[in-house]
Amino acid sequence: MTADLHVVGRSVPRSDGVGHVTGRTLFTTDRSFPGMLHLKVVRSPVHHALVRGIDLSEAERVPGFVRALTHVDVPHNVYTILGLIGVEPEEEFVLAEDRVRYKGEPIVAIVAETEAAALEAVACVRLDLEELPAVFDVEEALRPGAPIVTHWGNNTFMYEGHPCRRVRFGDVEAAFARADHIVEGVYNTKPIEHAPTETTACIAVPEANGRYAVYTNTQALYFSLDNTAIILQVPGSRLHFIGGTVGGAFGGKVDVIVEPLATLAAMKTGRPVKYAFARWEEMQVSSTRSAWRIYVKDGVMRDGRIVARKVTSYADSGAYSRQTPYALTKHAANAAGPYAIPNVSIDAYCVYTNHVPSSAMRGFGITMASFAIEVQMDRIAEAVGLDPWSVRFLNAYRNGDMKPHRKRAEDATLIETMQAAAAFVGHELTPEQAAMTSDPRREGGE
Amino acid sequence: MAKLRGTGIAAVNYPTGMNLGGDPSQALIHATTSGSFVVTLSATDLGQGLRTVIAQIAAETLGVGVDDVFIDTADTDTGPHDMGTFASRATHRVGNAVIAAAKEAREALLEVAAEELEASRDDLETDGLGNIRVRGAPGRSVKVTDIASLAQFTYGRTISGRGAWMKPRSAVDPETGAMDPDSTEAHACTVAEVEVDTETGVVTVISIKSAYEVGRQVNPALVHGQIVGGAWMGMSHALYETTTPYYPDPGHRPKDFSEYLMPGAHETPEIDCVVLEYPSSNGPYGVKGIGEMTANSPIPAIVNAIYHATGVRIDELPVTPELVLRGLEAKERHASGGVTPSTAGD
Amino acid sequence: MVSSIVSFQVGDREVEVLVAPMTTLQTVLRYQLGYTAVKEGCRQGGCGSCAVLVDGEPVLSCLLPVEDVAGRRVTTLEALAEPDALHPIQQAFIDHLAFQCGYCTPGMVMVSKALLDRDPDPSRAEILDALAGNVCRCTGYAPIAEAVADAARVLASRGAQSR
Ligand code: FES
Ligand code: FES
Repeated sequence: MTADLHVVGRSVPRSDGVGHVTGRTLFTTDRSFPGMLHLKVVRSPVHHALVRGIDLSEAERVPGFVRALTHVDVPHNVYTILGLIGVEPEEEFVLAEDRVRYKGEPIVAIVAETEAAALEAVACVRLDLEELPAVFDVEEALRPGAPIVTHWGNNTFMYEGHPCRRVRFGDVEAAFARADHIVEGVYNTKPIEHAPTETTACIAVPEANGRYAVYTNTQALYFSLDNTAIILQVPGSRLHFIGGTVGGAFGGKVDVIVEPLATLAAMKTGRPVKYAFARWEEMQVSSTRSAWRIYVKDGVMRDGRIVARKVTSYADSGAYSRQTPYALTKHAANAAGPYAIPNVSIDAYCVYTNHVPSSAMRGFGITMASFAIEVQMDRIAEAVGLDPWSVRFLNAYRNGDMKPHRKRAEDATLIETMQAAAAFVGHELTPEQAAMTSDPRREGGE
Repeated sequence: MAKLRGTGIAAVNYPTGMNLGGDPSQALIHATTSGSFVVTLSATDLGQGLRTVIAQIAAETLGVGVDDVFIDTADTDTGPHDMGTFASRATHRVGNAVIAAAKEAREALLEVAAEELEASRDDLETDGLGNIRVRGAPGRSVKVTDIASLAQFTYGRTISGRGAWMKPRSAVDPETGAMDPDSTEAHACTVAEVEVDTETGVVTVISIKSAYEVGRQVNPALVHGQIVGGAWMGMSHALYETTTPYYPDPGHRPKDFSEYLMPGAHETPEIDCVVLEYPSSNGPYGVKGIGEMTANSPIPAIVNAIYHATGVRIDELPVTPELVLRGLEAKERHASGGVTPSTAGD
Repeated sequence: MVSSIVSFQVGDREVEVLVAPMTTLQTVLRYQLGYTAVKEGCRQGGCGSCAVLVDGEPVLSCLLPVEDVAGRRVTTLEALAEPDALHPIQQAFIDHLAFQCGYCTPGMVMVSKALLDRDPDPSRAEILDALAGNVCRCTGYAPIAEAVADAARVLASRGAQSR
């Protein structure tokens, strides 16, 4: 097939290269519009509090102040990004109502003639908050008596009646009982910021025909458009989203945070409105990669074969779930690693705390599973006296193997990939390892 | 006090496409009267080069040169629906949609060419260089650019195509977790070499060498770019980055690039790779998605290399110098077992 | 706080702007004069995306009050290429895929230009020094360093030809 290909498989130069090196590429905030207003947000200074009152009087006197928006201005204020694909319940507030659940949560949006005026007015808003006890650790959040972050009485996302996404395959307990070794590990990772060099931004512009054009650096135009339409309770046909040029995203620009408020402000003022995160907002307020705590318990035979793997994972979703419930399902499908293990049990918890919400990031649900499992594999190697390569070859999944989520492996090439890596770095494999393939029918032959 | 070297490995797979599927993409293609083709999408290019690889896929399927294909994205008034660029899905999903659209447009093109050449449609083929010719009849050929113009001005026809692609949504069994989450899987195996300064706890990554299996590479230079940039990000995740340095304590959050730690130009190790191609059955020309996975295997490979160098097993990210020093101290106290540390150069 | 008029040069163009005190060169270039190749990754000196040359020296335009460039010559990325010919640094960035998203690229190109103007034959360490204040989240820096080294070679061979 390759020989027949003319263009696919060739390193043709990037079509946007000239634009990038000459500076002609237009990123979102490289655009300006006549009469454009600036939107800045008053954020919670504390991790968890009741909102007793908001005093805008001083802010309204700032020269250049145009108007303030609070939750009463937002037609459908409580939403969940993944509601579009049927995920429930709606639980995040476009603008806070009676309670804030993380430091940095938006409470009031200020629209002003200049960015400086918007910032000054933001600083002049007086909040009356009553601080509440907060919870910051995924396992503490699940203990009885922990402060409850959600509005439904516990701190986990519920998966069809279960507090976690479960995978059950074979019988791990029976396999643990007959295993020669039990190898255990606990893996902890901290939140990570996407840190794109271009911050999250959009500009909403009223169009002549009564519609709104929204220039945005979202990763997903229709995700943003549809969520904005729901939040503003307007038909999607009144919105026109334009993007496609993004200064780095890594999953951080799938959340729908700036577009609904900017569009609402454009509707209320009849003028173009720009809402761009400052660098500190990108770093401190935008979603992170979740913190994870992953417990791995493996039953291993003397020869290094893994006969049972039990994974209990807690992802810190922060105050709202955003994309994290889906990350846990993806995690559960992959948390056993690329290995053929006959008995697997996975419990993956999406836990609410008073941290800044986490969401999607490159490697969604899997990056930290790979960290845990691949360090665990070295632990196993050490426990049975194998080298790190051998334990992986011995357990590698192959085509036809049933994965724990009951899908047969089809495109497995772990073995070939490890063989190539060994050759690349000059690591000598055993003759058996060198002869292995991911297709068991061809094993040792051809 | 010494500088200890060690190597570590990690092997991973990574699924292609939005988890559980149900994430459609559409594409429209039409020919202009000057014979170029415009592919209209609403997919976003995040910097990975989506516009370029989609143009390649369209050109390949249409049988024209890549310079004759333009990607018009992303505008919801003109571009048909697309789920978005995430989950290593864009090249796979959009590519499949574009192939479908390009096939339809190519049919329209060949029909007009058949009339113009007074040949049967079934006898026509494209040469991939912008010509349509009658199979086995040298000399009977016509330029795609000419057909594009003739279609409009002589025949009054449109040369266009529609395409959509979706993996149907899979349900999850809430009891067993049975599900069909992905379309295909790409693979990587990474070998990292590190040097650990036992005086300061500072880990220096010497090299990150990987083998990747990514299905078909549409554009090998772009694949290489993902692997190099991803290895850097993996190293950054392993050793430097966090928004919450004392997690679960929420304090001390960095607010800018001066406080949020990432390795800079000087800290970049040698990064190299080999790439295998085992085309997938359902990706465009056998593509698998690799956008996300390139940061994954470097992280455990580095952590395993630290253990190989020092005998200190670290279960936490990021691996700060403090964590390394505390590990070395604990190891001295307990004289726990493990691989014997080797000093650099031996 | 009275606004003042500041005159300076951008490329070959004489400009005069009316600005409030402490307005940064970045804000004036981007939002008053339309030089949007000057990026704004942080506006606090941490990313280098706003780098321009002032009398040939690289500066972070987000940290510089525009009053400081009165009477001086500012070079932005817009001035680098001829209308139909890229500067060798720009061409090298394309050849080495020294960008993914491209947001850091203007700053990277400008600090590279300053380096090669000052030192036509930099060592790898000197190249990395020149890039040290600029953040790239996508490429892993190596392709950028290679592009700069390559551009140096091209410029040197051109210099040799023209001698
Ligand atoms: S914008 Fe000037 S250094 Fe970041
Ligand atoms: S190319 Fe994206 S930040 Fe450098």
